[in-house]
Parts: sequence; structure tokens; C-alpha cells
Amino acid sequence: MSSAELTQDHISAEIAERHEAVAKAVAEGARAPHHPPRDFTPYRSSILRHPQQPLIAVDGDPEAAELHGPVFGVTDVTDLDADLTRQHAGEPLGERITVTGRVLDRHGRPVRGQLVELWQANASGRYAHQRDQHPAPLDPNFTGVGRCLTDDQGQYSFTTVKPGAYPWRNHLNAWRPAHIHFSLFGTAFTQRLVTQMYFPGDPLFPYDPILQSVTDQAARDRLVAAYDHSLSRPEWSLGYRWDIVLDGPAATLPDPEENH
Amino acid sequence: MPGVLPPTPSQTVGPFYGYALPFTGGGDIAPAGHPDTVTVHGYVRDGNGDPIPDAVIETWQAAPDGSLAGLPGSLRRDPVTGGFLGRNGVDFTGFGRVATDADGYWAVRTLTPPDATPYLSVCVFARGLMHHLYTRAYFTDDIPAGPLAELPAARRATLLAVPESDGLRRFDIRVQGERETVFLDFR
Ligand SMILES: [Fe+3]
Repeated sequence: MSSAELTQDHISAEIAERHEAVAKAVAEGARAPHHPPRDFTPYRSSILRHPQQPLIAVDGDPEAAELHGPVFGVTDVTDLDADLTRQHAGEPLGERITVTGRVLDRHGRPVRGQLVELWQANASGRYAHQRDQHPAPLDPNFTGVGRCLTDDQGQYSFTTVKPGAYPWRNHLNAWRPAHIHFSLFGTAFTQRLVTQMYFPGDPLFPYDPILQSVTDQAARDRLVAAYDHSLSRPEWSLGYRWDIVLDGPAATLPDPEENH
Repeated sequence: MPGVLPPTPSQTVGPFYGYALPFTGGGDIAPAGHPDTVTVHGYVRDGNGDPIPDAVIETWQAAPDGSLAGLPGSLRRDPVTGGFLGRNGVDFTGFGRVATDADGYWAVRTLTPPDATPYLSVCVFARGLMHHLYTRAYFTDDIPAGPLAELPAARRATLLAVPESDGLRRFDIRVQGERETVFLDFR
């Protein structure tokens, strides 16, 4: 079946089937999965792009290079990188927002001084990318790329505009809910994370095979930012808060605060 | 490593990261003009053997002196124009990032990793891949004892950056199917 014939009902039924299978396993005592399965077939591009052999666990090696990772510093970012509304001569169109939160490891320790990168569509749902052919306007005052380093509390902060929803060709009438792509580094390469942040209350959530690839509802909820009125600035911008927890073993070095 | 907090789930990098993640000199890990550079190159292919033209490959490795501390400056920026300056030509940051081209081809130019950790750690992202994959490009076919050394020879061979000529090694990545690359789990 070509993607043009594939209906939303068909995709939604496949999603429901996968969710039910996970719910049943959890009811029988399995742990709810945190991450999406790589073979999530309602997202058609995953079919030929996931390994069929099991991953090989190499967690016993304390010398593994992956328990360390790349480092970034002030030379890798510029002051304007965290404000996506000031990267061009004029102001971009759209609803100005700030997005902020903390990056933590699974022990709740802040991830300090690490690189956070984001990219997104403009307010009309169009990426500044040659292959994005969605017939929505490009905005000459918006590229949609940001970077910052986390501070001593693990905090990041960006000013941008709220991205629009956009269509894609997974199936007939497929639309992505508004989202911001995030890329994060921890203190170990094993903590690397690329993910997407969503906005609360989006009616497109149940139809989107990418968000729904996270088969556990509580895990999906962790991808949705919270509107935070205390972050909104009068007559300027709306505020969203989104904390991020990096998975995987952290660097073996003890956190200095733990020595107190 | 389980902890007190549940992790943020992974999501695919999607098709449109290309104007955001790749940076000037992302594959030029070796200092400029270094006499001992080695180029690691290859193709990324899907379960049909077709090239994946929208993958991102990141590499991380120890410096030749064995240090795993890394250094900043991989994506050094120009504070005046906001542009990318490329690396400073002297420091070895250990980090590389390149996008595959329309042929699914990628390459990084780096220095040979030390004997203690004789591999590039390779992280693969792509549209259609919900959660990135780790593998290793070994510079030796003598993989130290452990789960990787115990793999059948044909599978273990997918972890070898095969020497092609002086300063050139081939490392193809097949995410699925025949000669599927061995991918690693660090939980
Ligand atoms: Fe997107």
C-alpha cells in the first residue's frame, strides 16, 4: 500500500495495537518502556531502518571510551545563539515564546556546561531546509536553529517563536503536532539524546506516529512542555518549562556536590 | 544505569536537521597538517541495501596520548559574524559530526586512537530511526576479551575499520539485514 492510500484510521489502528501489547506486558509485570521501539512500523520510515539483531551489552567495561564524552565551551556558542528571534535584521512572525528547563542525569544531578542544540519549523510550519516542500511561507527573519550551554544548575533557556504544525507523507493527511527538536550531551557519550519537545494540549497528539512511538503514556507525557505563567513576560512572550533527564550511565567522576 | 528519575524518551532526528546540526569542519577532527591523519569513511545503508542519505554520524574517541578528557572547540564560532570558524588547527577535541550525502557516504579525518581504547565510538542518527544506535570502528582486528570478542567472526567483522591504504580505513554501517552492523547497549 502506498503512503497516499494509507489512511489515518489504518495507522491509528496499528498504533493502538502496539500500545495495547505494551499495556498487556506491563500488566503482566514488565517494566514500562522509556524509549520508543526502533521497529515502530506505524512510522513507515522505521521499517527498513532498525536493526533486527539484538544490541550487544558492553556495560561491564569501565574503560569504555563512551563513559566519557565530547566537551563544549564558550568558544562553541555565540551570545545570539539562544535567541532565535534576533538572528536576522527583522523580527520573525509568530508567537514569541521562551523555553527553559533543567538538564539532569537519572540521579537528579544537574548536567553542567553541556551543549544544548535545537531546531524547528517557523510559525507557519516550514523549515528553512531545501527539502521541505510544504507550501507554507518561509520567514526571511527566522532560521530556526539555536544553541546554548547549560549553567551550573543544568539550566538552559531559549527565546524563539512557537513552531507551526506541518504535513508529512507517512500516510494520507499526516500532520506533525507542533514540536521543537532538541539535541543534548551529557558527561558521557552514553547519555547522548536527540528528542522532540511538544506543546501542551495539541489536538494532533493521538494521530502522530512519531510521538505515539513512545508506547507508554507516562513516558509520552515527559515529551510535553508545561505552560508556566511565571515564565511569561508582560507584553512580550509566553513561557514554557521543559526539564530533560538523560538516560545511560553518567561519567564515573563523582559529582562534587555529593562530597559535602 | 537506572536511577531515581525516569529518562526523557528519544525521538527521531527527522529529515530536516541538515541546516542545524552539521557544522563547518565537523569531520576534520585531526589538527590541520598533522602527519599521521587517518580518514575513516564508508556508506550507511538500510535493510534493502539502499543508501541512507539523511543520517548523521557522530564519532568520539580518545586522543592519541590516551586522554579521554576531550577539549572544547569542535564547532568554534566567530563572535563577530556568528559563523563557524572551524577548529583551531592545534587542539584534538575527539569529537566529529558529519551528515551522509545523497549516496549515504560519510568520512571523518582523525588520528589513530590509542591501544587502550583502539576504536572510534560511532553514534548513528537518521530519519526513521526512533533512537540512535552506537557502534565502534575498531582499528585492530584483535578485539579485547569480552562480549564483542565472543561474537561470531562474521558479525565481529562489522566492527572493524578495514585498512584500505596508508591513512585510509573503510567503515560501512548497515542498520538492517545482510551483514548488519553490530550495535551496542550501555545500560
Ligand atoms: Fe520536525
